[in-house]
Amino acid sequence: MSRRLRLWLLAVGGAGVTALLVAAGLDLPSFGGPSHPYGDRAVRASLARHTANTIASVNFDQRAYDTLGEMGILFAAVLGCVVLLRQARDEHRAEPEPAEVARPVRRYALIVLPVALVTGIYVVAHGQLSPGGGFQGGVVAATALHLLYLGADYRALERVRPIGLFEASDALAVCAYLVLGLTGVLAGTAFLANTLLPYGTFNTLASGGIVPLLNAAVGVEVASAVVVLLAGFLDQAVEIEEQQGS
Amino acid sequence: MHVLPYLVAAYIFLAGCYGLATSRNLIHAVGCLAVCQSATYVLLLAVGYRDGATAPVFSDLKPGSRPVVDPVVQALTLTDIVVGATVTAMLLALVLQIAKRHGTVDPDELRELRG
Repeated sequence: MSRRLRLWLLAVGGAGVTALLVAAGLDLPSFGGPSHPYGDRAVRASLARHTANTIASVNFDQRAYDTLGEMGILFAAVLGCVVLLRQARDEHRAEPEPAEVARPVRRYALIVLPVALVTGIYVVAHGQLSPGGGFQGGVVAATALHLLYLGADYRALERVRPIGLFEASDALAVCAYLVLGLTGVLAGTAFLANTLLPYGTFNTLASGGIVPLLNAAVGVEVASAVVVLLAGFLDQAVEIEEQQGS
Repeated sequence: MHVLPYLVAAYIFLAGCYGLATSRNLIHAVGCLAVCQSATYVLLLAVGYRDGATAPVFSDLKPGSRPVVDPVVQALTLTDIVVGATVTAMLLALVLQIAKRHGTVDPDELRELRG
């Protein structure tokens, strides 16, 4: 297809989609309106189960089954990336050279690393109380490890990050989520139903029943997934090289 | 204007589509897909907004003292972001392999299939 024809096709399709989107937008309830029936019910359900962060309650209690699907997508994507970014037959691994790092960068990275790691764990642990949760905290914790790459060099990062271990913990976290869901079935309620554990005191760490546990499972999964993903890309950039003369 | 946020979402989506269709570089195309997806964040959050409301987190807020925005769409947005990030990672991995095997990241030059 020529470039001109493609642009024309895009213009026609774009005009149609624009008309539909504008018509739909004009027909939606007006922005900032007071009517949010699902939101009001979600807030009531969350408060009834002593979960201060309603979004955590929606994700890990009311819609915990959907979050399982989301974890599945994340797990599948990590698996796909690991397969796609593996070392091919015509490539070899080159030992990365130790790199010289500017002193202020090194100092800053090594000071911030533990702070970022603790922040990540804090965000995961307080997912049911304050904004954050497993997804956000997992990313923060995984990013913290990579400060070592900035502050020292790639070999230092590789020493604190045995990939096999992180791949296993990724899979184990998904299994933990499933098992936590199945305990509900074994106890005679429904899959992933939040009825097994006591709801605890509102606004304390142990509140929300199953929510903190699912949150922790997701946190471990996301942290491992990000580490494994970045490892795949960093390996491609730093270590894996094409065979010369092949 | 009470429909402006919805129109902004539509605009972001169409801008992403335009970028995708005219892209000359696969990495750029992956970025355009991320732009398309961010339109859904704007749309979801706009749907859930309520005038004068605050975040639906009750750790420092007495329940019932203030209106809160819709938590359901916020949770959906979180799901959306996670799925978007993983899809982006997956696509970038594919682009990397394409660049290695075909020596180009221009989608127009990737016409014929190679074994």
